Amino acid sequence: MPYILNTIEDQREMLRAIGASSIDELFECIPPEYRLNRPLAIPPAMSEMELARHMAELAALNRNASNSICFLGGGSYDHFVPAAIDALVGRGEFYTSYTPYQPEVSQGNLQAMFEYQTAVCALTGLDVSNASLYDGGSAATEAVLMAMSATSRPNRVVAAESAHPEYRRILRTYFAALGAELVVVPAPGGTVDPADWERAIDDRTACALVQSPNFFGCVEDVASVASIAHARGALCVQAFDPISLGLLKRPGELGADIAVAEGQSLGTPLLFGGPYLGVMACREPFVRRLPGRIAGQTVDRRGRTCWVLTLQTREQHIRREKATSNICTNQGLFALRALIYLALAGRNGLRDIAALCLRKSRYALDRIRSDARFRPAFERPFFKEFVVRDGEGRVAELLAAAESDGVLAGLPLGRWYPELDDCFLVCVTEKRTRPEIDRLAFALQRHSEHSGAAARHA
Amino acid sequence: MRNHRSTRLLFELSHPGRRGIALPACDVPSEPIDASIPASMLADAPPPLPELGESDVVRHFTNLSTFNMSVDTHFYPLGSCTMKYNPKRNERFAALPGFADVHPLQDDRTAQGMLALLFELQVLLGEIAGLPAVSLQPAAGAHGELAALLVAAAYFRDREEHRTKVLTPDSAHGTNPASARMAGFQAVTVKSTANGGVDLDDLQAKLDDQVAVFMITNPNTLGQFDRNVGRIADLVHARGGLIYLDGANMNAILGFVRPGDFGADMMHFNPHKTFSGPHGGGGPGAGPICVRDTLEPFLPSPIVVRDGISYRLDRDRPRSIGQVRSFFGNVGVLIRAYCYIRTHGPDGLRRVAENAVLNANYLLSRVRHFLPSPQGDRCMHEFVASAEKLKTTKGLKQPAMDIAKRLLDYGYHAPTVYFPLTVPEALMIEPTETESKDTLDAFAETLFRITDEPAELLREAPHSTWISRPDEVQAARAPRMRWKPD
Ligand SMILES: Cc1ncc(COP(=O)(O)O)c(C=O)c1O
Repeated sequence: MPYILNTIEDQREMLRAIGASSIDELFECIPPEYRLNRPLAIPPAMSEMELARHMAELAALNRNASNSICFLGGGSYDHFVPAAIDALVGRGEFYTSYTPYQPEVSQGNLQAMFEYQTAVCALTGLDVSNASLYDGGSAATEAVLMAMSATSRPNRVVAAESAHPEYRRILRTYFAALGAELVVVPAPGGTVDPADWERAIDDRTACALVQSPNFFGCVEDVASVASIAHARGALCVQAFDPISLGLLKRPGELGADIAVAEGQSLGTPLLFGGPYLGVMACREPFVRRLPGRIAGQTVDRRGRTCWVLTLQTREQHIRREKATSNICTNQGLFALRALIYLALAGRNGLRDIAALCLRKSRYALDRIRSDARFRPAFERPFFKEFVVRDGEGRVAELLAAAESDGVLAGLPLGRWYPELDDCFLVCVTEKRTRPEIDRLAFALQRHSEHSGAAARHA
Repeated sequence: MRNHRSTRLLFELSHPGRRGIALPACDVPSEPIDASIPASMLADAPPPLPELGESDVVRHFTNLSTFNMSVDTHFYPLGSCTMKYNPKRNERFAALPGFADVHPLQDDRTAQGMLALLFELQVLLGEIAGLPAVSLQPAAGAHGELAALLVAAAYFRDREEHRTKVLTPDSAHGTNPASARMAGFQAVTVKSTANGGVDLDDLQAKLDDQVAVFMITNPNTLGQFDRNVGRIADLVHARGGLIYLDGANMNAILGFVRPGDFGADMMHFNPHKTFSGPHGGGGPGAGPICVRDTLEPFLPSPIVVRDGISYRLDRDRPRSIGQVRSFFGNVGVLIRAYCYIRTHGPDGLRRVAENAVLNANYLLSRVRHFLPSPQGDRCMHEFVASAEKLKTTKGLKQPAMDIAKRLLDYGYHAPTVYFPLTVPEALMIEPTETESKDTLDAFAETLFRITDEPAELLREAPHSTWISRPDEVQAARAPRMRWKPD
């Protein structure tokens, strides 16, 4: 067996020391009526070489951002991942360690957690960050649960229709068991009108959940949401795109009480959706309600500065059913990836990456709309994503044709927004070059001519 | 080689003007930013992140890494966490661009290899569990518990049964009661017997038709297989409740017994434990759940289905609880689990369980003479020793803690301590199958030597690490959770 060191001789000696006649004897505690009396019905073992071939074959069946030009976004982004990140997180001491229960032999992880928390505070303009949650969607849910407990308003939450549809779907899953109500405010013009927040948020509402830049890529008026929510005693939870904060005002400046993000943009590849990183930060007064691990600074018995897991009385291993969350294993390695990314980018790098996204997405929209068949669905300031309306309403066909040209051109929106079934979402990161964007426009427009011609002949 | 000059924080190392990422020149028209976004929405300055060069960053984190113990460098017998060797081949396979660069919202047609792998993994896990319906979505074990309890809640709602309680043994992991609460249930504790088994009298006293689910860990957190599990399942089923198996300890029973065959209706796997996913300094994990067919309609969406020769994500599942996280799941961890299972095959997985149990029993046989194990002389994949008697023999206040800290001096990661809560001064030791007899011998000798050392030496241990006994009380009293310039 590949990873077992015991030889037959070792096993014999060990059994002798135990006083057992066979390994099977050690399993006698399992009542025979439950035992499996046949081998598991799974395929036979594969050597490394065989598995390498099998995995390469499966991998070859997938289109991906390396063999295609990717304009897909919607919460998962093809940003550039510097080589230093993989080199560093791949070090066994980071990669194969676990939660820092023994601070004396985990200072590397603990210091990195503390630095990560500092970086997230710098990014968000908020006071405290935890050390990671699972992903953007579950982080948004945890933020809402946190707001419900902080306000003692367990029954009602208002969320923007322009927030990620999966975030709202996850909230509904949790709320079904908790009996809480999720009110959704519309965003017919691409963002939510403050008057609609005014109408929806009442004095039973725990929080408003707003995403900016939102699922359509548009920048929302978070400051208004926050002041409306605060006036009713509710909190403001903002989901944000970390890269956008190279340019946009930070959640803390806008009045958000809790900010959450999908941290995948910060140095993690697409990975078909995970593992990613749930980022969460909040204002000081809510710190004891934060879910998840937190690293804190202290001194050791000789007075040396060091870090430990702190405020553990919030957590499940101490508080059990009274814990702020059930989370145990988190996304430590992906918080480390994000930290290394932010350290490499630095303040100016982040600004420049954000500026490239912004300019290239403008250029892409201009190129696409040069064909009258395509119009932007919304006239709102956007960051790196925008919604295109197909005047012919044949989105699926169009995207399939672009795909056969090697371009993953966008996400059809009908699945989440039936009224937008003639629309698709295009994302342009700093990785896309002008020729690639031209190819996107060409792929869409070429198909447009084809279908136009076909229509004329019909 | 450790470089102790390297413990300054990234933020203190910042040097204005440095950068670790050089970007290509902008190849599209560079209009002013505020021509596209109103100035009122723009920050005055970018976030105050440090400014460093690539080599600054590499040296900083490389040095930081040397302050950690890890499976690659040390024996790490952290009970319940299954810190087994993490095969390097799995890293190479998961990093293939054909997996790593696939977007989660790509059209199913364009990700057939990925979907085939995930579909096969669903089948493999279903077979190993003896529970055929599988969702790969949850992000970790605790998240799997929560997802499964939400499935149970939906199942009872569908049957118009109003059940409010979830029972968890007092020896259960803290995530069990915490998950019960998040799923909207009241968590009720059931007592354990001395060997960690469920106290049947207490169970019967607490079992009523308000009980939705009984969560059992089997083998339990004392490393014992609960022989009463079938009877427990009968009792719970007779009252219309469901059995949830916390699968954290599956390493002990792979291919020997399947939870579905001993009465479990639902369970999670921790692929980062059982199937060798690297723990990453705290995560990531994954928490796939397997359930009986009757619960299948309620599983999270989407799940992978096969239509003839092609695969697709089935989102049209009207009775599903919906989603519990973004996108499909922690696919990177799931790919490694798939590789691990395919590397082993049926015999290999059984061999994993055999050697995990053999190693634990061998270590137990060497340790129990000086650190008694309250549950006896046999165990499954791990055992719990109690250091209680060192309170009197050595006058130590927290002997389990002191032993754990002293082990660090000898180059061993400590076992899990003070868990389960039912054993005083608990040291929970899980060697895993990937350690050798030599390592176990040396570890047992070290443990013995430690119990013989002067109390003074133990109380102040560790002595050889960069720091020792950080003041956790102070950390919590005046929490400093981020760096601030002086
Ligand atoms: C017995 C037991 N149950 C549940 C969990 C929770 O699993 P996870 O940390 O993957 O969320 C753990 C592990 O930490 C465990 O040991």
